[in-house]
Amino acid sequence: MMLELTQTDYEAIRAHGEETYPHECCGVFLGTASADQIQVSEIVRAGNTRLDSLHNRYNIDPGELIKIQRQARNKGLDIVGFYHSHPDHPAMWSSTDFAEAHWYGCAYSITSVDKGKANLTNAWVLTGSSEEDKKFETIEIKRS
Amino acid sequence: MKIHIPTPLRVYTGNQESVTVDASTVDAALQQLAVDHPALRGHLFTAEGKLRSFVNVYLNDDDIRYLPAKEATATSAKDELTIIPSIAGGACCCCC
Repeated sequence: MMLELTQTDYEAIRAHGEETYPHECCGVFLGTASADQIQVSEIVRAGNTRLDSLHNRYNIDPGELIKIQRQARNKGLDIVGFYHSHPDHPAMWSSTDFAEAHWYGCAYSITSVDKGKANLTNAWVLTGSSEEDKKFETIEIKRS
Repeated sequence: MKIHIPTPLRVYTGNQESVTVDASTVDAALQQLAVDHPALRGHLFTAEGKLRSFVNVYLNDDDIRYLPAKEATATSAKDELTIIPSIAGGACCCCC
């Protein structure tokens, strides 16, 4: 499984993390998915509603997500994943990231932003089909 | 009425992005959905029959949790339900 996005979009998700530093940024990947590839056609920035803990938590308002989904549908696209940043923290999913992951089959990407500069960007697909068997599986990011 | 199915649950609706049910309340619509697509029931509801905490349901643009009648809210054929799982997370704070 591979996450494919344009170099422009790859740089944009990293730039988003730098802009919101020292807070976590978050956003949505729109595109199409097949058995071995998640193809991102567009990224959409989202608001982080965790105003109580912006430096280490994010949450996308479901109402905003529905509007993004509607936009995607009008373009023949689906929600295929999400991205967020970890300010001064590794680009690795946390126990919180895992507990709050429910979009099976979708990509999750994290960028570490160290002292305001984007460092690593990693990605995983949430495998499984339930809360009981879900797992994060590392996937390659292919920039085109 | 139409019910929009999120990406991770479409495998249980024959990959359909939306399905149509005939129901007069939000709860009746969700129950009919689970009857028509039985594999969805465990993903939407707990063993006690409550909506799972991370499953958000919107009636048009309104979160049903904040509607006065919640799941008992009346619906019509032109309404749309959207099921949308939560998306959240964040860095571990074990080193904070």
